[in-house]
Amino acid sequence: MVSSKKERSVDPAAQEILGIAAQESQQVAYDRYEAMQPQCGYGQLGICCHNCNMGPCRVDPFGDGPQEGICGASADVIVARNLARRSAVGSAAHSDHGRDIVHLLLSTARGESQGYSIKGVVKLRKLAQEWGIEIEDATSAQLAEKVAEAALAEFGKQEGELRFVERAPQKVRERWEQMGVTPGGVDRDIVGVLHSTNMGGSNEALHLLRNCVRAGLADGWGGSMIATELSDILLGEPQPLVSEANLGVLKEDHVNILVHGHEPGLSDALVTASQSPKVLAACEKAGAKGLQLAGICCTANEILMRHGVPIAGNFLHQEFALVTGAVEMMVVDIQCIFPALKDLARHYHTKVVSTSPKAHFEGFQHIEFDESRALDSAEEILLAGVENFANRDPEKVHIPSDKSPLVAGFTTESIFDHLGGRYRPSYRPLNNGIMEGRLRGVVGVVGCNTVKQCQDEGHLEMVKELLRHDVLIVQTGCSAIACGKAGLLMPEAADLYAGRGLKEICDAVGLPPCLHLGSCVDNSRILTACIEICREGGLGEDFADLPVAGAAPEWMSDKAIAIGFYVVGSGVFTVTGDPLPVLGSPMVKEYLTDGMEKDFGAKFAFESDPVKAAHLIIDHLDSKREALHLDSMMYEPRPVETVGQPLQLEAAEAVAAG
Amino acid sequence: MKHMLVVNVRKCLGCKSCEVACAVEHSESRDLFTAIQEKPAPRTRVRVGQGEGFAVPLQCRHCEDAPCIKICPTAALYRADADSPVVLNQDQCIGCNWCVLACPFGVISFDAQGRTLLKCDQCFERVERGERPACVEGCPSGALAFKTADEVVAGKQAASLVQIEAGLGGEDA
Repeated sequence: MVSSKKERSVDPAAQEILGIAAQESQQVAYDRYEAMQPQCGYGQLGICCHNCNMGPCRVDPFGDGPQEGICGASADVIVARNLARRSAVGSAAHSDHGRDIVHLLLSTARGESQGYSIKGVVKLRKLAQEWGIEIEDATSAQLAEKVAEAALAEFGKQEGELRFVERAPQKVRERWEQMGVTPGGVDRDIVGVLHSTNMGGSNEALHLLRNCVRAGLADGWGGSMIATELSDILLGEPQPLVSEANLGVLKEDHVNILVHGHEPGLSDALVTASQSPKVLAACEKAGAKGLQLAGICCTANEILMRHGVPIAGNFLHQEFALVTGAVEMMVVDIQCIFPALKDLARHYHTKVVSTSPKAHFEGFQHIEFDESRALDSAEEILLAGVENFANRDPEKVHIPSDKSPLVAGFTTESIFDHLGGRYRPSYRPLNNGIMEGRLRGVVGVVGCNTVKQCQDEGHLEMVKELLRHDVLIVQTGCSAIACGKAGLLMPEAADLYAGRGLKEICDAVGLPPCLHLGSCVDNSRILTACIEICREGGLGEDFADLPVAGAAPEWMSDKAIAIGFYVVGSGVFTVTGDPLPVLGSPMVKEYLTDGMEKDFGAKFAFESDPVKAAHLIIDHLDSKREALHLDSMMYEPRPVETVGQPLQLEAAEAVAAG
Repeated sequence: MKHMLVVNVRKCLGCKSCEVACAVEHSESRDLFTAIQEKPAPRTRVRVGQGEGFAVPLQCRHCEDAPCIKICPTAALYRADADSPVVLNQDQCIGCNWCVLACPFGVISFDAQGRTLLKCDQCFERVERGERPACVEGCPSGALAFKTADEVVAGKQAASLVQIEAGLGGEDA
């Protein structure tokens, strides 16, 4: 149970806001979490089934009471079935996001959208070539139309395999084939998995667990990868840029409008509309010095990496932002949005506007986003926000000063240029760094915030422990924002936290030690980066050979379950903070954390202590290094006592030498 | 002061969270995610019984004149003083099951796996620390409370006063 401000968040801005919320008797998620105690043990263990109306059933976890549901399903089956549903829901969420991006590209190619143009032409031509779409002398619009149509067909595909399966290394594909989980069609796989969980459907735990992977792969190599690729084509390939993160980006003398959610279609249009003379004139008329657009969660990551729009915070900051009393409007689309925002919006003056036909909320104003008049509707939304500036109560305004500079917007493609230089783009320096022992490996630290852990502590402690052991970090989502707020996405973080080998690499190529790769659908960039590492050679031909790993220290969403399954299912060891809700079945737990490695080349580990979790990862990287007969690590890990100190290398060596 | 477990039957949803909380409290680790992996598995001392249209958690009433204490041939069942709960000294227990037979409420059972008796100890260690018993703490709907007889009486009196007040209108109260 967390109660004090420091136990709730390590972020000073959050701590300040929590004090203000308490003074003003405003509830936030932590308060509702405390009120929710005790949480149901059956639910936590995954042994409650309500899949048919003979139930609900629950198996006695301690063995005295019923050991099977009314239909006869064992704890193993109930746990695996519940997990398969959640993996399918997570996959559906990412994939439906991907589908909307495809629609937007299609309508833009056909001239039916407003305010968008095809900005990622290089990527468009590359993908068209990959998919065998060739039109002589085609314009970008013509090519984009064909690519979008082909991408749309991936969702409803009824036969064969997803196109992106061909990107996966041969050995990974062979395992999928053997396990019967090769993704065949995004919607088809999700429906198939959901069907298997219907009453009287699949009743073999191992089969259901393979279905967890199948749903996940349809996300990672389907919906999410399509979302990333086509977002880059439509909205532009991100290039690293400098911006800022945390509540300090809000401005007292500006109209502050926040975006929150995941789909970048609307938020990108809002960025364009925020420059319109009409909006700027309205700000002036309202007595504001300008308009400050900023974001929460992944839609924020999308416009951060393409436009440099600053980040107001990650998942748990959605309520804190409103408590500043300085937010005129929060524009939400889909996923990770608290319905509780309506209560804070009532206390402050904030207008919360929902915009997606997929997500309506009690007490929010709904202005549905229409891509055919995207710019007009974006402008209307912003003008309504500006108008609300007059309703701001200066007495209630408390904007924490905390903010940190960050570098964001790396991609699988841009890493080529950064590593190899513009004239010989290559992953070679990365592979060499790992082979020589300067770098121990590469780890994706990703995922959400959860009230079950101190906000950001899991991300930051794990990342710092890995950095000092010469591990290069790649990040997405709320984990990237956590590190951004803490300054870890700046090149200077290498001086403060990195081991010597990692620091040498960062200094040589001018990279931060933690690379911001985007939103949560952009975890697919981590898959494509692994493909490039394999292709570059020297570290194995299979994801399962690579000294790489994944981690979600503060996960909470079903989307994280789907991601976990496509990452592990693709052969990459992954540690979650809270365990997956499977402990009610020792068999399922054993499979996920051990047996799965034989079938998929990788397994999960559950460890809520971020430093211990980091060491599970370090041990894993070392075992992969050993299997590849790589050189031993060039340098000792950076001593703990120098972490956070801007230390010169010689001094670090002296400390290491004792 | 002697406390007792009080059940508001209207509030019990039959979720069995009290059973889980009790088993975890009587585990080695006292942590759900660890307890689930312990061998032997920890056991619950409270059972949710199903009545006709209602559910109710059943556990030892810690009787003033406890038949189980009286009948126990080895004095394995005892209470430290008049206000203390009835507890079991496992080393003394010979497993004769007389207490199981004597209990008027059927809330003492024999655990075949652990080869020992199972009965509620009213979480005396928690209570000594000033905490409420685990089943009370674990109840999500507030159906379980831990009160003294005086508190129960005072509560009933307050409720009846409200009834009297509501009925006042010149009628005799």
